[in-house]
Amino acid sequence: MVHAAMAWLADTRWSIALHESQYAYAIVESIHVWALCLFVGFAVLLDLRLVGAIFRDVPVSQMVRRLLPWTKVGFVVMVVSGVVLYYAIPLRTYHNVFFRLKAVLLILAGLNVFLFHRGIYLSVARWDLDPPPRPAKVAGLCSLVLWAAIVVSGRMIAYNWFDCAKPQSAGISLMAGCTPDMIDPYSQ
Amino acid sequence: MLLPLFQTLEASAIGEAIRNSLWLFPAIEACHLLGLAVIGGAILVVDFRLLGLGLRGHSVSRLARSVQPWVVGSVAVMIASGVPLFLAEAIKCYYSFAFWTKMTALLFALGFTFTVRRSVSLAPDGRFTPAWNKAVALISLALWSTVGWGGRWIGFSG
Repeated sequence: MVHAAMAWLADTRWSIALHESQYAYAIVESIHVWALCLFVGFAVLLDLRLVGAIFRDVPVSQMVRRLLPWTKVGFVVMVVSGVVLYYAIPLRTYHNVFFRLKAVLLILAGLNVFLFHRGIYLSVARWDLDPPPRPAKVAGLCSLVLWAAIVVSGRMIAYNWFDCAKPQSAGISLMAGCTPDMIDPYSQ
Repeated sequence: MLLPLFQTLEASAIGEAIRNSLWLFPAIEACHLLGLAVIGGAILVVDFRLLGLGLRGHSVSRLARSVQPWVVGSVAVMIASGVPLFLAEAIKCYYSFAFWTKMTALLFALGFTFTVRRSVSLAPDGRFTPAWNKAVALISLALWSTVGWGGRWIGFSG
C-alpha cells in the first residue's frame, strides 16, 4: 500500500520536476549537507562536552541553552531539505535499505535526546561544571555513534547496490521490500 | 600543463585500487563526510561566537583554544580522506569547475583560518572591535561554505 502511495507520489508533477531538473536536486542536496555542519556539528560539540572531551569550563546547561536553538534551526533545515530529496525520488528511496536503516537510527537518536532531557539533564544544576555523570556520558556517546551512523547511512542511500531494480538476496529483498516484479531487466 | 600530472595521479596505484573497488570510494567518502561534521561544528561555533551568537557568555579566545585541536584534527581527516578520493578521479576533477573552485577556496580558507582568524579569535577579548570580529567570522563562513559547496558539487559534475 505504501508502495502504491510512493508510486503515485513519484508521478506527481513536482516530484518529476525535481528529479529531472539539472540543478534543483543538487542545490537541495547541498543545502542538506551545509545544514549538516550546523546540526551535526553542534550536536557533536554538545556530545563531546557531555563525554567530557571539550569545553570543560563551559557549564553543560549553557551549552544546551545557547547551542540548542541553532541545532534546532539546523534540524528544521535538515528535515525540510531531506523531505524534498525524498520527494524527488520517493519510490526508490522507500525501498532503499540505507534509507530504512537511517529512519530507524533517527528514531533511536530521537529517543536518546528524549531520555537525556527527561533523565539526567533534569539534575544538571548539580553537575553543570563537574565531570559529567555516567548517564550523561552514555547519552553523549550514544548520540555520537548514532549521528555518525545516520550520516553514513544517509550518504549510502545514493548507491544502488541493493536496489530492487536488481535481483537481490532474500535478506535484502525482505529488508527493502523488494518484489520480483520490481526487477528492471534493463538495469545491470 | 597540469593535465599530464592529473593523468599520472589518476593512474596511481591508490587511484586504481579505489576505482576497482565497489565500496572503497563510498567508505572513504563517508569518512570525509564525518570529518565535515566535526570541522563544521568546530568552525561554526567560533564564527558564531565572533558574530555574537551561540555561546555568548564565554571568552572567544578560550573557545577558540578549546576547539583548535578539533579543527586541526578534522582538517587532517579531511585531507587524508580527500586525497584518495581525488586520486580515484583526478581527470574528472581536472575538468570540474567545482573542483577548482573548492581548491581555490580551500587554499584561502586554510590561509585565513590559520593566520588572521587565528590571531583575532585567540586575542584577549576586547583587543579587536566587534565589527572586526564579525568581518572575520563572515569571511570565514563564506570561504568554508564555498569549500563545502564546491566539494559536494564535484560529485554532481561530469
